[in-house]
Amino acid sequence: MTGQATANNVSPQTAAKVASPQATVLNRYRGQRGQRRRVDSAGVVPSPGRRELAAVFVGGAIGTVCRGLLGEAYPAAAVSWPWVTFAVNLVGAFLLGYFATRLQERLPLSSYRRPLLGTGLCGGLTTFSTMQVELLTMIDTRHVGLAVGYAAASVVGGYAAIHLATALVRRVRVWA
Amino acid sequence: MTGLLWVGVVLFGGAGAVLRFVVDRAVDSRTGRAFPYGTLVVNLTGSALLGLIAGLTLSHDAVLLAGTAAAGSYTTFSTWMFETQRLGEDRQMLNRAANVVVSLVAGVAAAALGRLLGSHL
Repeated sequence: MTGQATANNVSPQTAAKVASPQATVLNRYRGQRGQRRRVDSAGVVPSPGRRELAAVFVGGAIGTVCRGLLGEAYPAAAVSWPWVTFAVNLVGAFLLGYFATRLQERLPLSSYRRPLLGTGLCGGLTTFSTMQVELLTMIDTRHVGLAVGYAAASVVGGYAAIHLATALVRRVRVWA
Repeated sequence: MTGLLWVGVVLFGGAGAVLRFVVDRAVDSRTGRAFPYGTLVVNLTGSALLGLIAGLTLSHDAVLLAGTAAAGSYTTFSTWMFETQRLGEDRQMLNRAANVVVSLVAGVAAAALGRLLGSHL
């Protein structure tokens, strides 16, 4: 989804000189993705196929139902730590870090796995908007400390989850 | 009715994810590749939408469908964090910090704006 600047602006040979072997593998796959799936050389995004959109829909629906069921089962009190949002966001971040790294760096490209598991399932399971409205409610009711703690824990935890999942995939080389 | 409600959650959740996918691509194709503008646009517009829904006085079922399912699925925490971590790997520290700070500050502001609008409708 990101970091394609390096892959698209620097030749593979140059990238190999400046980057670590691991990063070179990453950039190579990003380059392929960048040209084949995201943006072509003219900077035009190819229109997504029906199969891709269907995969996003199915994954998104499953992720949303999981999040919705958890939210209904454990309704949050007016101003308290939003455990459900916090948990689905961290779990979803870990899963996306795992799926995206594995699909980019370990498995051959497929037309539906990333849309189904990454964009769909993880995107539907996690939510940014709910977190922002929860933060707004905390700030409104002058629970600024809670808001800062919740925002910080989500960002640090989400970042660490991606980092951990990525490291896990890269260390274990033959999982395909 | 509960069964029908959850069919609605499936449909709204799926539709929200598809809309995110389409908007993210459209924005990314029009902006530079160094910064994940697509996710930022999706998350800010989605936060404004959920703020608007919170500002309106809606039934529990309507909030579950329009808020939790549609606006919740349209926005994403996981991709936001994934792109932030990849910016860090690429040593784009300024973009990494900006992606976190701008998303949070503008996200709460967008939610507040949406709620203000909703409460006046």
